[in-house]
Amino acid sequence: MTGATLLYLDGVTVSFDGFKALNALSLVLEPGEMRAVIGPNGAGKTTMMDVITGRTKPDTGRVVYGENSDLTRLDEPAIARLGIGRKFQRPTVFEPLTVHDNLMLALAGDRNPWFALWARETPSERARLDELLTTIRLVDDRDRPAADLSHGQKQWLEIGMLLAQDPRLLLVDEPVAGMSDAETEETADLLREINRTRSVVVVEHDMAFVRALGVKVTVLHEGSVLAEGSIDRIQDDPRVIEVYLGR
Amino acid sequence: MSRGPREGRRCRRSSPHGLFACVLLTVLLTLSAPVRAQQEPFANIASMTADVEAQGVTALAVSGNPRAATVINALRDGKLYTWKWPRPDCPLYIRTDTGFVDARSGAPVTTPAASNLRRVIVNDSVRAAIEIAEGALDLSSPSSAARLKAAEVLFQASDPGALALVEKALAKEHDANVARVLRQAYAAGQLKSGTGSVAERLAAVRELAARPDLSTRSLLSSLQSQPPAVAAAITTAIGAIDYKLKLWGLAENVYYGISLGAVLLLAASGLAITFGVMGVINMAHGEIVMVGAYTTFVVQRVIAAFAPALDQFGLLIAVPAAFVVAGALGVLIERTLIRFLYGRPLETLLATWGLSLILQQAVRSIFGPTNQDVSSPEWMSGSIAFGGLTLTINRLWIILFAILVLGALMAVLRWGRLGRNIRAVTQNRRMAAAMGIRTPLVDALTFGLGSGIAGMAGVALSQIDNVSPNLGQNYIIDSFIVVVVGGVGNLWGTLFGAMILGVVDKFVEPFFGAVLAKIAVLVFLVLFIQRRPQGLFPLKGRVAEA
Amino acid sequence: MRAERLTVVTLGCVLGGAVLLAALNLLTAPASDLHAPNFVISLVGKYLCYAILALAIDLVWGYAGILTLGHGAFFALGGYAMGMYLMRQIGVRGVYANPTLPDFMVFIGWNKLPWYWYGFDHFWFAVAMAMLVPGILAFAFGWFAFRSRVSGVYLSIITQALTYALMLAFFRNDMGFGGNNGMTDFKEILGFPLNRETTSVGLMLITALVLSAAFVLTHAMTGSRFGKVLIAVRDTESRTRFLGYRPESYKLVVWLASAMIAGIGGALYVPQVGIINPSEFAPGNSIEAVIWVAVGGRGTLAGAVLGAILVNLAKTMLTSALPEVWLFAIGALFILVTLFLPRGIMGLFTTCLPAVVPEATPDAVPGIAAAKSAASEIAG
Ligand SMILES: Nc1ncnc2c1ncn2[C@@H]1O[C@H](COP(=O)(O)OP(=O)(O)O)[C@@H](O)[C@H]1O
Ligand SMILES: [Mg+2]
Repeated sequence: MTGATLLYLDGVTVSFDGFKALNALSLVLEPGEMRAVIGPNGAGKTTMMDVITGRTKPDTGRVVYGENSDLTRLDEPAIARLGIGRKFQRPTVFEPLTVHDNLMLALAGDRNPWFALWARETPSERARLDELLTTIRLVDDRDRPAADLSHGQKQWLEIGMLLAQDPRLLLVDEPVAGMSDAETEETADLLREINRTRSVVVVEHDMAFVRALGVKVTVLHEGSVLAEGSIDRIQDDPRVIEVYLGR
Repeated sequence: MSRGPREGRRCRRSSPHGLFACVLLTVLLTLSAPVRAQQEPFANIASMTADVEAQGVTALAVSGNPRAATVINALRDGKLYTWKWPRPDCPLYIRTDTGFVDARSGAPVTTPAASNLRRVIVNDSVRAAIEIAEGALDLSSPSSAARLKAAEVLFQASDPGALALVEKALAKEHDANVARVLRQAYAAGQLKSGTGSVAERLAAVRELAARPDLSTRSLLSSLQSQPPAVAAAITTAIGAIDYKLKLWGLAENVYYGISLGAVLLLAASGLAITFGVMGVINMAHGEIVMVGAYTTFVVQRVIAAFAPALDQFGLLIAVPAAFVVAGALGVLIERTLIRFLYGRPLETLLATWGLSLILQQAVRSIFGPTNQDVSSPEWMSGSIAFGGLTLTINRLWIILFAILVLGALMAVLRWGRLGRNIRAVTQNRRMAAAMGIRTPLVDALTFGLGSGIAGMAGVALSQIDNVSPNLGQNYIIDSFIVVVVGGVGNLWGTLFGAMILGVVDKFVEPFFGAVLAKIAVLVFLVLFIQRRPQGLFPLKGRVAEA
Repeated sequence: MRAERLTVVTLGCVLGGAVLLAALNLLTAPASDLHAPNFVISLVGKYLCYAILALAIDLVWGYAGILTLGHGAFFALGGYAMGMYLMRQIGVRGVYANPTLPDFMVFIGWNKLPWYWYGFDHFWFAVAMAMLVPGILAFAFGWFAFRSRVSGVYLSIITQALTYALMLAFFRNDMGFGGNNGMTDFKEILGFPLNRETTSVGLMLITALVLSAAFVLTHAMTGSRFGKVLIAVRDTESRTRFLGYRPESYKLVVWLASAMIAGIGGALYVPQVGIINPSEFAPGNSIEAVIWVAVGGRGTLAGAVLGAILVNLAKTMLTSALPEVWLFAIGALFILVTLFLPRGIMGLFTTCLPAVVPEATPDAVPGIAAAKSAASEIAG
């Protein structure tokens, strides 16, 4: 492959009991790119993320990441260590642990149990944590258990954890579901901010949000790509209209 | 301590084999005895040595002597007397109400001084021989079943001295089955006698080869100094018999395995509902089975006290009773305990373990720690022979019962109203609730259904195992294995798992012994869960993962 | 921090109590009201061994969420290792006066010591084996179980099957561990006669020390980054995988450590009770040990120690006064604690320890629905 692509899904098919959730899906992501993936319910968006992060193994097809590593042969931790971070729709943080500990566990570094037994917080780690706490506006809550945070704060904490992981590629599943307009806008800003240093794939339903992001859009339908291009082109595409309105 | 009575039961079950061994022994000893029985049919019957005496009984029975029946009956009843010290003519007397008669002739004798006589002692091995002998005496009975038994005894004895008797009976016999066994008995006696032409002997071997069982085998292998052609035929026949015995042995193991599988299936069917469908880890499941067994006991007691006429139907009444009692207990448990723990399987496990301790102790306090005696009705006892197999009838009933229960359960789940609701609730609780299904009620009834089935399993187990407070513990791990192997929430899988486990257990047992077999099964389980955590028949799709 | 204070308090209670009891036994006259009789010393020694087992269980259950129903197996294996040493010490004082073979081997007609008994005449070897054998078993078991992602009740049930299988195996005479009767009639340990009261006081004090050491060790483990990953794994295993952690290796390490701690507990237990037999492997024992932890407070190390001592104290008192009530009582304890006291006694005292167990939702069913949908989102 050309060294220029970051992620390349090549004819990926996933079937559950004969039902094809992904059907020969192909997709190319450039380094530093932000991509929005939209599609009706059941189009296979989450399944696509599952395949990239190693949660689901495809029946056929390859997932090439960076310099010819085929992700389909790796498991979740190995893929995460390659620098792919994932945010779930519902905030999932480690509730009994403090905000500080949550971030610390996410911080890039050795994941070995033997290392973890003896690890002490280094000054550079402390500095990085302080920086992150400021970014996600939880400096005052650093020693509170994550369980005590509000819903919005948990969302932010999770984003902080993703940043702490320092990934090259970020997968974000429906980040604004259930958010107010203001929050939605703020999240769009945050994603654009993140995109300055990393590649991002965002799955979303919300057209306004996708428009606010202003990036290239891929439309999934029945497990394969229906259309690709700017949001305006997409919204005029009769096939896309058919898919969204025809149901 | 808890093992003792069960062992006892097993012994009783295997007593035909013991008898058979006795007979075999008798035959062998008869051959080596210095005094040949045919010379004087009464010669050994009063021997001081029990084994020789037993031979004497057999010899007398097959001798065809007209007084045989009388003398053997007298021996059985303790009325046979002989001289106190050995005398070459070995006088025998039968005590009557008035005095003594000569055993050989039946003629009254002048009373010998009682101090000169001793009663002929009857011990267990002699008693066994008497039992057989009484069978052999039935050769002239009008019932063909009795005659068949008698012919069988003659075959087992295969005494050359009885050849004339067999021949006589054969001439009169019109029942094909009896005649066949008589012919076999004749062939056996003839081969034993070592007379007859080669052609006759070959015919006899052929006759015997048609009867591939252990006694024929040992008979054939005991024959010596035969002409080469006959010896070769005998070797071939033994080979053929060995092969057939092996096949029957295999079939027997399968049968034992299936019957064990049926027991496991019964114990596991309830668990397939509570654990498989509802996802509740009920460690007290075995104790609910135990409650079912105790219900059987109580029902039998009540019937014995108030309606002895229903004696034979106790079990039929116990089945619904156990279902109701155990089911009600299940509903109670669900409402007071389980429902607070849904979604917390580990806590459920601990709480129900505590419950199992309480149930055990409660039963121990009420009924005592010892085994309770649950009787089997007549229609469940005995066994039927099927080729080389002996199928005990109670096991057959249990297999049938297990199939019926599983069938009924499947029918209820598929077509019943409750079944529909159960499926709705397990597939999507919220949606079901929105559709107006009262989910708490369905939960309680589902758990009650599973428990009720466990109770019915208890009725079946009361027929083959000890009814004691520990009854349930013996089955809980096995039941979990069955459900797990079969795949959670899949009744066909449960059936399959139970049969696999039962048959594997029975096939592994002869090689490793019972304890190692158990260990092997557990190791298998551990490996199995690791390979296929979802069981052999996993549910497909997202339902399985929710 | 509160957890630190709690640690100090627990350590103080264990060590101080043990020393005090020892003093009351050795320094007071037997007739004195203050005298602590020998049977109390050996009872306390036994409780302290149980507390070590409870710590081991809490480590895996409280912190890693692995509900083990088979830890009694590791405890018993440690006990057998020590029993083998004590057996070899009997030497010619046995009934058959065989210098190398234990009585039971002579009895079943063996004339050569099996290879796996070599080395057990050395104390250090037996102690090493008391940790290594449970460790190796735990490693093998955990390696398979955790890698194939067996978890939850399945794992619990196979741990139970494990100890059950071991029990059946040890019941066999030809295993060479004394079969049914196990090992008993020990004479001395390291040259100290076991029937002398100073020996039992010494053993009790050593047990208290070992318990304290185990406590400090587990405290350090759970307080480290490792411990935090464990808690993360316990509550949201799949999320940790997406962060790049391998839960199975964390579980394996903690499982291994826990099994070795349990083994040491068993090794201390045997010289104090004077017997080891296969019934120590009975699944019921392991489950009972779990309830000690639940009573004290799962996820708090002090709670595990407290629970083990309290429940066993109650057991001693109840079984001597009203034997048939004990099963009712322990059964009720299982139920009441899981229903009403999910965080045990420690939960009554403290509300915000770092490792809280998720609070039980009163209306459980909707609670689960929410939990399940969250879980299934992560799961796929
Ligand atoms: N584990 C699974 N088992 C069965 N079907 C699944 C599974 N995962 C996803 N599907 C099916 O695949 C399709 C795509 O699902 P998903 O990727 O979640 O869609 P989206 O996220 O675009 O809404 C859906 O129809 C869903 O039912
Ligand atoms: Mg989705």
